[in-house]
Amino acid sequence: MRQDAERSAERAAREAYGRLLALLASRSRDIAAAEDALADAFLAALQQWPREGVPRSPEAWLLTTARRRLIDGQRRRQRQEGAEPTLALLERAVETQPEEAPWPDRRLELLFVCAHPAIDARVRTALMLQVVLGLSAETIASAMRVAPKTMGQRLWRAKNKTLEAGIAFELPTRESLPERLDAVLDAIYAAYGSSWEDLNGDDASLRGLDEEALWLAALTTQLLPEEAEARGLYALLLYAEARRAARRDPEGRFVPLSRQNPKLYRQDLIAEAEAELKRALPLGQLGPYQLEAAIQSAHLEGRRRGTSDDAAIAQLYEGLVVLSPTLGARVAHAAALAKVKGAAAGLDLLRALPSHKEDYQPYWVLYAELQQQLGEGVDARRALERALGLSEDAAIRRFLLEKLASTS
Amino acid sequence: MKYTILVYESAEEIAARTDPERQQGYWAAYQAYSQALSEAGILVGGAGLHPPRSATTIRVRKGERQVQDGPFADTKEELGGFFIIEVPHLDDALKWAARCPSASSGAAEVRPNLPPPPEG
Repeated sequence: MRQDAERSAERAAREAYGRLLALLASRSRDIAAAEDALADAFLAALQQWPREGVPRSPEAWLLTTARRRLIDGQRRRQRQEGAEPTLALLERAVETQPEEAPWPDRRLELLFVCAHPAIDARVRTALMLQVVLGLSAETIASAMRVAPKTMGQRLWRAKNKTLEAGIAFELPTRESLPERLDAVLDAIYAAYGSSWEDLNGDDASLRGLDEEALWLAALTTQLLPEEAEARGLYALLLYAEARRAARRDPEGRFVPLSRQNPKLYRQDLIAEAEAELKRALPLGQLGPYQLEAAIQSAHLEGRRRGTSDDAAIAQLYEGLVVLSPTLGARVAHAAALAKVKGAAAGLDLLRALPSHKEDYQPYWVLYAELQQQLGEGVDARRALERALGLSEDAAIRRFLLEKLASTS
Repeated sequence: MKYTILVYESAEEIAARTDPERQQGYWAAYQAYSQALSEAGILVGGAGLHPPRSATTIRVRKGERQVQDGPFADTKEELGGFFIIEVPHLDDALKWAARCPSASSGAAEVRPNLPPPPEG
């Protein structure tokens, strides 16, 4: 229970942080300066509130204080440029701000700035996590296996870029919305687990920034209720989250999907996911996230009934590979096809994959599994060893070692 | 760019090397890891090291040799070996270091190698 209270306090803080930062940055477009001003305001609150009491509207107090800091900063920079009259005007506007005005929520614009095509795709997720949720560069760096100093520099450059390139805090036009939204959703997805492929792969135990990603996905559905793919992504993450407890046995050992205990699945999250997916499908914009969510739904249904509809799952994967031919989707398609048409058909698909598969651990796990089904013990062992060497998680390593010992 | 992955292991991990129950898993994991590095075409070199108690340290001070039993520094996690890899960026080196078995039990430290001294 205490954990719940802590979590809701954290959520409230996160919510306030993102709203305030979006408002501050949308006016000045200077994300870094807005962050500094907001940090100053939080610091001032820590000093003043215990002495003078918490103001009636803490957020309004923070916003006003941060705006003053922003103006002070601009004044220092622009004193010589004759901007004094404008600044005085601005300052008066701040003073007369009504305390509890219903502020516009500019977080959606902020999300689109973070995932703008002008921003390096590698840094979009990190930028979003920092700017919208206020996470530190160190936390983000650890989750993404990047050196903290490198992450700090990338974030700094990205914020500079938004300012220098003059990226507007505007919603994309109707025509460019689908493409721009994909970038936002991809960046949120990348925050879940450690990489794109891991959700279907074996390393899903690695705690990335799952909770943060879920929160951002939920926020996106609230801000864009008519976008089916936003709902698809949220449903997908909820399904994955619902299975978390079932992925490990009490000794911490890895449990593959086919042996997970459905009683350990979180029914509340599954119901929420089903509802999201049901709201998404009638919107008539089928996309990869809805398909992936539908696949998760079929898997869960199969675990619940004890028999899975392999043909339907293989067909969903076929659709997914057409819409989004990532390595993860193609390996998962091969696995699904092998269940319907046999190991040899699955292997054919695997062998036809493009390069870069050599470093992809789930590829080798599946390769080993299919070779073993065909009675090719030597090849199966070699593939298992390869998967073992590419694993990052100790529990997965143990699972593969046991499998290796029983393969001949 | 060449990087060295320093393999830091806990005393318990090092003990697994000779523990009849655990040694097979221990060696298989490292064998698979170095095989994966080699098949990715990035392995430059490396070696496993005997435990620190086998170390002998020598210092020369003012022309005098001082030889002592034991490692240069006593630490909780012990240097168990190293891999030298060649990859384009630190990001790649960190990706591979995370796969080193010691990363999930002890630690894997990544350091860029200095370039060889200029010739002539």
